[in-house]
Amino acid sequence: MMSWLPENVSTFGGEIDSLFYLIYYITGAVFILVTVLMILFLVLYRHREGRRATYSHGNTALEITWTVIPAVILLVLSFMSVSSWGRIKAHAPPADFQVQVTAKQFNWEIVYPGPDGKFGTADDFQIDNDLHVPVNKVVHVHLKSKDVIHSFFLPNLRLKQDAVPGRDILVWFEVTKPGKYELPCAELCGFGHSGMRGWLYVDTPEEHEKWVKENWPQQ
Amino acid sequence: MSDSVAVGATHAVPAHHEELGFWRTYVFSTDHKMIGRQFLFLGFFMLVLGGLMAMMIRWELAWPETAVPGLKWLPEPYAYDGIIPPQTYNMLFTIHATLMIFFVVMPIMVGCFGNFLIPLMIGARDMAFPTLNMLSFWVGLLAGLVMLAGFFVPGGHAAAGWTAYAPLSARAAYTGVYWGQNLWIISLLFLGVSSLMGSINYITTIVNMRATGMTYFRMPLIIWSLFITAILLLLALPVLTAALAMLLFDRALGTSFFLPEGGGQPLLWQHLFWFFGHPEVYVLVLPAMGATSDILSTFSRKPVFGYHAMAFSMIAIAFLSWIVWGHHMFVSGMNPYLGTAFMMSTMVIAIPSAIKTFNWLGTLWGGSIRFTSPMLFALGFVSNFLIGGLSGIFMASTPVDIFIHDTYYIVAHFHYVVAGIIFALFASVYYWFPKMFGRMMNEPLAKVHFALTYIFFNATFFPMHILGIGGHMRRIYNPTQYDFLHPLQPINVFITVSALLLGLSQITFVTNFIWSLFGGKKAERNPWKANTLEWVASSPPPHGNFDAIPVVYRGPYEYSSPEVEEDYLPQNRLLITRSSAPRTH
Repeated sequence: MMSWLPENVSTFGGEIDSLFYLIYYITGAVFILVTVLMILFLVLYRHREGRRATYSHGNTALEITWTVIPAVILLVLSFMSVSSWGRIKAHAPPADFQVQVTAKQFNWEIVYPGPDGKFGTADDFQIDNDLHVPVNKVVHVHLKSKDVIHSFFLPNLRLKQDAVPGRDILVWFEVTKPGKYELPCAELCGFGHSGMRGWLYVDTPEEHEKWVKENWPQQ
Repeated sequence: MSDSVAVGATHAVPAHHEELGFWRTYVFSTDHKMIGRQFLFLGFFMLVLGGLMAMMIRWELAWPETAVPGLKWLPEPYAYDGIIPPQTYNMLFTIHATLMIFFVVMPIMVGCFGNFLIPLMIGARDMAFPTLNMLSFWVGLLAGLVMLAGFFVPGGHAAAGWTAYAPLSARAAYTGVYWGQNLWIISLLFLGVSSLMGSINYITTIVNMRATGMTYFRMPLIIWSLFITAILLLLALPVLTAALAMLLFDRALGTSFFLPEGGGQPLLWQHLFWFFGHPEVYVLVLPAMGATSDILSTFSRKPVFGYHAMAFSMIAIAFLSWIVWGHHMFVSGMNPYLGTAFMMSTMVIAIPSAIKTFNWLGTLWGGSIRFTSPMLFALGFVSNFLIGGLSGIFMASTPVDIFIHDTYYIVAHFHYVVAGIIFALFASVYYWFPKMFGRMMNEPLAKVHFALTYIFFNATFFPMHILGIGGHMRRIYNPTQYDFLHPLQPINVFITVSALLLGLSQITFVTNFIWSLFGGKKAERNPWKANTLEWVASSPPPHGNFDAIPVVYRGPYEYSSPEVEEDYLPQNRLLITRSSAPRTH
């Protein structure tokens, strides 16, 4: 079932996937255990003439066991999740490349700082739905919205962040493999929600430099 | 003897009563049993509507932008020659969810079974406030009518999702929906009032009107679940009501609670909504758990395994449900440290859920299991709840949720939990139908209904996990617009075919229900040989329920007790051989 996961190309995606797999194996084992026991009980203890059900109100030791074991498993999962979550969300590594993404009904408005490296200056370069970033570089995205809530979703990067009007939310990623990846909106944003998507182009340094030269205003 | 129980006993009204006319008996009735039936029919009607909407949604996802068969009559702009446009699609999933949650599961599990069962199972002649009870139904019906009216106003119905996230829901310009969204808000405000009246009634009745000897820990687990549900509703609904009023003010009066351009906060809506919304999930699922516990015990002919643990785990779930709402908001822009706290509380709430599942297994263990239709559906509920509970652990883990949030993985999860309630709902209908209508339902047809529903339910909802793992977003109109979703499209087709068959399978239920209503075998008082007090009354019970208010001597699950020869021992049977004075603790 997990083979349906899209290919991961981000630095933190592997960590998310391994947690995903771990929970999959644990819950899969519990599912099989409970289902097998249930079927077994249904067969073994089906009604037969002359056999009376066991008169029992429970078993404290058993109940403590099946309270403590899930508690321990869930605690371990929590701590593993906390450390991954912290690495992904709490602190962003310093940026090699910055871009502003402003969501609006129903496009991603992408602003590059231009040659001066600053946003809000005359040499900014703006384009809808095409996000070009260099491979193996830490990219900072300043995520905003002009109207309603949208969600910046890069399935191949295991990255999702809502864009909230009135807020400027910092998102970061580093992609390890050049390519073209889909950037859909994942939060219902109106009648044009379906089909609101852009593309993330992850370029080699040479390609990226070429793209910058061809598109950004020159100094 | 506690005071409350004594008060309950003196509440007993004489069994004789004046003949009521047609209107007072069937329409403006104050009898809890008639009100329960009214809620049942309201819920069934809405279930058909909500189900048909689901079919239209599924058609669109499997064969996008093609004409839905039989929809040619829909006028523009709702459909164009049977083809549903995106705006209508958004309305459909918004209203599908709204109806299923507020007008199907709540009216049936809480409204119908709460009303019908509470007085009967605690040994009371009616609810504490019969007129308030009647009002609760009629305000609920009004809410339903206002909700349906939304389809007939210019601009169409609400299309911002059942979660109505602001600012999409807060300004008409963002969706093009004006009165539709307003009516949606007004309808839920009415429904909140209806549920408040109901929950006050349930709480008062359970606290004050239990029969002599019916201590709290002799109450059946379904009564426990309804008691806890009523408390949750009483505390959660005012928050929703406040949030809805603020949303209506933003839309109609120019306030800016949720609009950033006026200094408002979009995330405030999410906090308020989910502060209500997560307890609401347990409002829906707790009565299903209670009913399942009762039915598993009856048909295993064995006491519930760990009765106290079952009651306390429901209390724990209810308490914890207040501090998990932020797990709906991990990627909303909420502070990541807060996300960690909500992840912890969410992991903790999995523990009482696990206890319940294992105790259900323990109830089966060593039983003498009868595979009646209520039992099959109760087992189906356990098996689906197991999947829904386990899939919840994925999204509790904050890093994993980054990926699966707002995908079909979530849709799969909450359908296993909330749509899975339909199994407990059917189990309850098959189980209590004889008491409710005085006739038995057709058992072979009910088993066919179970087999078809179980197979097609899983064929519909299980593959949605795969869609979610593949990254398939929820609430999209046309998955083929995305390159990365192309390989998943055959799964969408498979799900739709299964969903259509799941819908068609319900014909067996409708046929059985209507036929049994008029032509079913007459039911005896206690057809399932069960212990609880509702089976002491005749089928169906008359106004006032009992010939004489029963006295309770023991807990509800004394099946296969060594004290008697039969494999059941009703709560009200006085055993002369042993010390059997009513005890209280």
